[in-house]
Amino acid sequence: MDKLIIGGRELKNRLFIGSGKFADESLIGPIVAQTGVEVITVALRRVDLSGGKENILNYIPKDCVLLPNTSGARNAEEAVRIARLAQAAGCGNWVKIEVISDNKYLLPDNNETIKATRILAEEGFVVLPYMHPDLYAAKELERAGAAAVMPLGAPIGTNRGLKTKEIVRILIEECELPVIVDAGIGKPSEAAEAMEMGAAAVLVNTAIATAGNPTMMANAFSQAVQAGRQAFLAQPGETTEYARASSPLTGFLRS
Amino acid sequence: MSFHQIIEGYKDFHIPAYLSKVSAGEVKAALQKDFLKPQDFLTLLSPAAAEHLEAMAQKAHQLTLQHFGRVIQLFTPLYLSNFCVNRCLYCNFNSGNAIGRRKLDAQEIRAEAKAIAATGLKQILLLTGDVPGKAAVDYLIEAVTLVREYFTSIGIEVNPMGVDDYRRLAQAGVDSMTIYQEVYNQAVYDSLHLSGPKKDYHWRLNAPERACQARLRTVNIGALLGLHHWPTEAFFTGLHASYLQNKYLDTEINISLPRIKSGPVGYQPQSPVSDAELVQILLALRLFMPRSGITLSTREPAELRNHLVPLGITRMSAGVNTAVGGHIDGHSDDGQFRISDERSVDEVQQMLISKGYQPVTQDWHHIAG
Repeated sequence: MDKLIIGGRELKNRLFIGSGKFADESLIGPIVAQTGVEVITVALRRVDLSGGKENILNYIPKDCVLLPNTSGARNAEEAVRIARLAQAAGCGNWVKIEVISDNKYLLPDNNETIKATRILAEEGFVVLPYMHPDLYAAKELERAGAAAVMPLGAPIGTNRGLKTKEIVRILIEECELPVIVDAGIGKPSEAAEAMEMGAAAVLVNTAIATAGNPTMMANAFSQAVQAGRQAFLAQPGETTEYARASSPLTGFLRS
Repeated sequence: MSFHQIIEGYKDFHIPAYLSKVSAGEVKAALQKDFLKPQDFLTLLSPAAAEHLEAMAQKAHQLTLQHFGRVIQLFTPLYLSNFCVNRCLYCNFNSGNAIGRRKLDAQEIRAEAKAIAATGLKQILLLTGDVPGKAAVDYLIEAVTLVREYFTSIGIEVNPMGVDDYRRLAQAGVDSMTIYQEVYNQAVYDSLHLSGPKKDYHWRLNAPERACQARLRTVNIGALLGLHHWPTEAFFTGLHASYLQNKYLDTEINISLPRIKSGPVGYQPQSPVSDAELVQILLALRLFMPRSGITLSTREPAELRNHLVPLGITRMSAGVNTAVGGHIDGHSDDGQFRISDERSVDEVQQMLISKGYQPVTQDWHHIAG
C-alpha cells in the first residue's frame, strides 16, 4: 500500500487543502467526507482562541490532521510565537511555517523560514515549511529538522499552475524529505502533473475554495492527485521527441 | 524619494487634460495588463474608462476572489473622544462647532468595548479628535490596554504622530493605523483646514510612512472623496499606496474609500462623487493594487454597500455608532459624520452570507513579546 508518512502519521490521501478562502466553512466537512482529504491547513490568525461559537476549528473533522499555519508572520520570531500559540491552544504539534514579509507578491522568506524551522523542530513540532523552491534552502530545511518541504508552484492565489516545475523537479530528485507542492496550483491537471513528477502531495486552497462548486472541484483534485501518483508509481514510458528508427543507424555494428 | 516629491513630479502634468484624451483602445490595453503602471491606473480613472465599468468589474472581482477568497473582514470604530483642536470645514468635530464634547474614562471605555465585543466583533478601530501631545498618547495607550482583552486586532485613527509614539502604541498592542490625507491637493488642503496642527500638510502626508517605519502591521490610507476633483485624488491615493507598499514590503498597505456627501451645517462638498464614479475608483484601485485591502465604511447606504461587496471590497465596518459613548448610551448625536448604513453586525453578516461571502470577525492575535 502506497502511503505517505509525515511526522509518524500514515496518510493515504495526498491532497492537502487550505481553509481560508471559503464562502462557507461548513463546506469543509462534506469535502473531507467525499474526498478522504486528511490534512487541512488553518491560519491560526483566524482561530478564535477564546472558544467563541463561530470557530473555524469546529468545521474541521476530528480525524483530520490539523495543520495550523503561521500566516501573518513577518519573521522567524513571529512564526515561532504563532506556532507556540497554536500548540497551547490545542491545535496539535504540526505546523506549516509561512514567513512572508512581502505584501506585494506574498513570496516566502526562505532565510527566516529556515530559522523558524530549526527552533520549532527542536521543540518537537512536525514542521512543514512553505518555501520558495531553491535547492540550497531545501537542504538547509532538511538539516533544520523539517518533516517535508513545501515549494510554491506559482505565487500564492494566482492559479497559474506549476511555473516552478524545473526547480521543483530538482528538489524532488535531490531531497530526502517529501516534497509537497503548495500554492499556485490552479487546475486538477496541474496537480496531476506535480504528482507524476514525484511530488509527495499537493496543497490546494484558492482553486477549490473559489471554484463555482468547491466540493466538485475538490473531488476533481483528489482524483487528479491519485491519478498523478499512480502514474508516477507505474513508471511512465520514456518520452522521446523523435520517432524510433526502424533501421537503426548503428545496426551495422551488429551485422 | 519622498511621496511629496512624487506628487511634485506631476506638477506640470495636466491630469484633466490627459483624462479627456484617453481612448477606448488605451482603456482596453490597460485592462489586458497584469501589472499596471501609474499611467494605466490614471487611464482607468478617465471618462473613456467609465464606458468599460463592467469589464473592469469582472476583472476586479476575479482578482479579489483569487487573492482574498470569498471573505469579508468586519470591524467597527470605537470613538474615545471628540475633543479636537482643529478647524476642518467638513468635520463635525471642528473645534468651532457647538457640539457636546466628551472623553471616555476607563470605566466607560471598558463598557463600550464590552458592548461591541458582545456583537461578536474582534477587530476594533479606536478614534479620537486631534489633541496632540504626550497626555493624548498616554490616554490612547491606556485605552489600548483596556480593550485588549476584548479584541484580537486594534487599530487607531488619530492625529499624526512621530515614529516613537507609533512604536509605543505598537508595543501596547496596536497593529494597524488609519490616516486619511483628506485631500492631496495642497492648496485645497490649506483652504479646508482653517487652523490647528492639522494645517501642516506634510506632517500628515508622511504619517503613514512613519507608521511603516514603526513596523505597524497594517497602514490604511485614503482621500476624503468629494473634497476635490476625484480622479486626481483617487490617482494620488493609489500612487501613495503603491509608494508605501514598494518601500515597506512588510507592511500591509490598505486603502479606504470614504465619500463625503454632507458635512456640518453650512458646508457642502465642492466636488461630489456619484455612485458610478465611486465604483470606478474602487475598480481602478483594485486593478492597480490587486493585493491591497480596500475598506468601505457605513458612510455608504446599505443597498450600495451590498452591491459593492463583489467588486473588490475586502473590509467593511458594521454596527457603527460614530458618537463618543454611542454603544453604551445608545444615542448617535454629535457623531463625527452621519452614517447611512445602520444595520447591526448580525444583519451585515447575514447579508454577506446571503451573497456567498464569509464574514470574518478575527484575523490576528496579539503576539508581541
